[in-house]
Amino acid sequence: MFAVLRQFKFSHAIHLPQAYKTMTSLRAHATQAVLGLLVVLFSTLLVTAAVAKPSPELILKLAAGDNDAKVEALNAIAGSADPEALPLLQALANDSLKVVGDKQALIIDGDKVTDAVTGAVLPALPENAEDVVTNNRVTLALQNAFAALDLTSPDRKTRFEAVKKLQDAPDEAIVPLLDKALQVEKDPKIIVMLRLTQAAAQLHNADKAVRMAAITTLGESDDPAMKQLLAGLLEKEGDTFKEPDESVRVAAQNGINAIDARLKRGEWLGGIFTGISLGSILLLAALGLAITYGLMGVINMAHGELIMIGAYATYITQNIVRAHFPGLIEFYPLFALPIAFFASGLVGVLMERLVIKHLYGRPLETLLATWGISLILIQSVRSFFGAQNVLVENPQWLSGGVQVMSNLILPWNRLAIILFAALVVIGMTLILTKTRLGLFVRAVTQNRQMASCVGVATPRVDTVAFGLGAGIAGLAGCALSQVTNVGPDLGQGYIIDSFMVVVTGGVGQLAGTLYAAMGLGLLNKLLEGWAGAVLAKIAVLVFIIIFIQKRPQGLFAIKGRFVDA
Amino acid sequence: MQRRSFIKATAMTIALATAGFATMTASAADTIKVGVLHSLSGTMAISETVLKDTVLMAIDEINAKGGLLGKQLEPVVVDPASNWPLFAEKARQLISKDKVAVTFGCWTSVSRKSVLPVFEELNSLLFYPVQYEGEELSKNVFYTGAAPNQQAIPAVEYLMSKDGGSAKRFVLLGTDYVYPRTTNKILRAFLHSKGIKDEDIMEEYTPFGHSDYQTIIANIKKFAAAGKKTAVVSTINGDSNVPFYKELGNQGLKATDVPVVAFSVGEEELRGVDAKPLVGHLAAWNYFMSIKNPTNDAFIKKWSAYAKAKNIPGHKDKPLTNDPMEATYIGINMWAQAVTKAKSTDTDKVIAAMAGQTFPAPGGFISTMDKENHHLHKPVFIGEVKADGQFKVVWKTKGPVVADPWSDYIPENKGKKNVPEVKK
Repeated sequence: MFAVLRQFKFSHAIHLPQAYKTMTSLRAHATQAVLGLLVVLFSTLLVTAAVAKPSPELILKLAAGDNDAKVEALNAIAGSADPEALPLLQALANDSLKVVGDKQALIIDGDKVTDAVTGAVLPALPENAEDVVTNNRVTLALQNAFAALDLTSPDRKTRFEAVKKLQDAPDEAIVPLLDKALQVEKDPKIIVMLRLTQAAAQLHNADKAVRMAAITTLGESDDPAMKQLLAGLLEKEGDTFKEPDESVRVAAQNGINAIDARLKRGEWLGGIFTGISLGSILLLAALGLAITYGLMGVINMAHGELIMIGAYATYITQNIVRAHFPGLIEFYPLFALPIAFFASGLVGVLMERLVIKHLYGRPLETLLATWGISLILIQSVRSFFGAQNVLVENPQWLSGGVQVMSNLILPWNRLAIILFAALVVIGMTLILTKTRLGLFVRAVTQNRQMASCVGVATPRVDTVAFGLGAGIAGLAGCALSQVTNVGPDLGQGYIIDSFMVVVTGGVGQLAGTLYAAMGLGLLNKLLEGWAGAVLAKIAVLVFIIIFIQKRPQGLFAIKGRFVDA
Repeated sequence: MQRRSFIKATAMTIALATAGFATMTASAADTIKVGVLHSLSGTMAISETVLKDTVLMAIDEINAKGGLLGKQLEPVVVDPASNWPLFAEKARQLISKDKVAVTFGCWTSVSRKSVLPVFEELNSLLFYPVQYEGEELSKNVFYTGAAPNQQAIPAVEYLMSKDGGSAKRFVLLGTDYVYPRTTNKILRAFLHSKGIKDEDIMEEYTPFGHSDYQTIIANIKKFAAAGKKTAVVSTINGDSNVPFYKELGNQGLKATDVPVVAFSVGEEELRGVDAKPLVGHLAAWNYFMSIKNPTNDAFIKKWSAYAKAKNIPGHKDKPLTNDPMEATYIGINMWAQAVTKAKSTDTDKVIAAMAGQTFPAPGGFISTMDKENHHLHKPVFIGEVKADGQFKVVWKTKGPVVADPWSDYIPENKGKKNVPEVKK
């Protein structure tokens, strides 16, 4: 009743300029002047009336009612799509709507306190004013009300988002609104979505034919939310089905099966993506080790700590950028990359010069010494930064994800890491195959004496190669800081994984590392989806043990004259 | 003249210093030692470090009021480093070597289980401040956190109610150790009693420190899409929560679609997370920082001042309080009251004096120690995450709930009384 009345008032308000025109033309006809004046007066009256907010009953229901009443009120507002309700909805969403003793609803805007019903401004907020608490259920209804208001927005994107939101929990109250939107909507994509939403809202319509039509429409979608709505029809309440009609239930089941078939592809792609994502992380962690252990044969137990140093370098860079160049904070990971590379590289060079140099050809001593170094590094970081994890924030462009399919969202940070891992692999391959340094490294690893004989300064090559491996570990740390916790123990979690990858891939082979990382990542994620994270980890370890027993040289064995140290 | 006065002054200073030193050593011999056994490093440091500081703050406060029984309290802080066997070692060291009168410590149940035999053997006292799975009742432990019926079960009941979204399917997600496994066992039995079948329950565990939640969140999405309203009950502990919530936000799993209710995530755990994508996800506790009442305002003010004075990282700029901090604070104050009442720090006398102690809790009620079962009576709050990482209370019990550590939902517990067993 109120809604109808308001709509009537509203249409008059819109036609106000016409009324003025009418009035001017009427003035010419003196006989009708009185009548014209009356029209103008009438319209002005209506305009002032239309400025008033939604009905007091509705406002109080929203502010003081229980959650059932709130949802009902919000659905009524959504159904009427009354733009006058916007300030009220916004106040509710921002927690600036207060209620005083079930009788008065107040909106706070800064210091200004307004009565939501009368529009009167109050001097101060009464002491006994309470917050209007919205829980998820009310929030959902609130979002729908907002979306309903946005349905008529001239901006295509706003409309698109609005329909998308309405799809989640459509209420039958908005069906007429959707009808109206469908009549004016031109964008084909939005029309499809509007139809879907309308069908979703009509699922519990009293008319069986309407229900059947709605099910058919929903069955053509590829949205898991629609599947969930259909599944709701098959639910039982006690012993009786919520949907009494057998044929409707069969149709709903068919619809679910059809959506399922379409969702399968997204699930598979999602599984592969997570596998590749884990693989890329393993690859980054293991690449540095592929040089120090794979090529140079140094069992570097401090490799994980070099990763950790890279992550801490990222943390420091973030803090420096935030303190001195706040405008560039969004791009701090780009600055952090070279810093992480050089920080870890420097530690690596020092390690090589001071300790490892003296231990070439003595793997057991190297293992113990580097393990000792790893403990020293962990403790130094702990003393310096504290034992707690430090906070490395994702910049905005690395948060959220891109929706590829209805049930497949690819997070930006994962995509960035995959891309980054690919770049590092390419860069490393270029360094090893196209540069003089790469040539020397390969020469020294293949035959140290011969390389020395032809004039390669082997100690310097060792240092640079080790520094390079350490620097790449630092890059890995920078990347890892975006997806995992940065703390002194960060490296411990990756050292085993890194060795696993390098050993499985075949010592001394870069390509092997790449394949092993991707293979283990996919295998791990495949098993995890099937047996859970704990069992998957065990299963992968068992697999590697068996694999190494059958093929001790790893995936790719080096052929030719490989000289064992 | 000048020289004489100089000598005099020097002599005076030395005498004063020695005197000062003497009183200091005298007081050191005559203090009551209090053990603090919280992980300050490793995966649990994110949650436990702040509890150590809470104990220290309460000790400072008690000392400022003149101490207990005319003696000052002296904290002995050790770091068991999230390493469960180390907890037992450190506990033994605290009791046997440092001779502490009482210990405040542990977060994970696995650490509590690890130290329990030590406290029972040496007949010492442990105050355990964190919600846990029940199924345990030792005379040497006071449990100031929530038992399952004071947190987990009301939370699931809320999810099943109309306001919680009428959830019909549940994902029980946890870290792989005794607390999540036992809690989920109780919850499964509870859900069965509400007519929810096994096919509508998905149970998943991850190792401690797990950081890759892609598959699990994809599985949750898939499970949720299979029909009926789904909710996630998370018993993930420690710093794994940060990558879990980050992934949740990145994958766009909204609280209005699939709400996640967590039992070990509070204000402190959300510090490292951008809370905007998490708005509406839930936590069940017996205290939230956002609760408005004079006791809580005073508690927060006290903590802020302490954090600033002691330069506690993180808290000095952005002080946060949470439920286990409140439980720690209640625990140490009740212990102090019990010691005063018993006029002794003797374990058995203090245990007897603890029964029925009350303390005005920052949660806005009078906290009572049960006369028999070593647990507090506490109200239950359910809060939704707000964009600033705080919680908005959307539901609460009418009054304090009496703890039921031997949950009735586990069949073996039938007829078991909530009283510590007397060991012969």
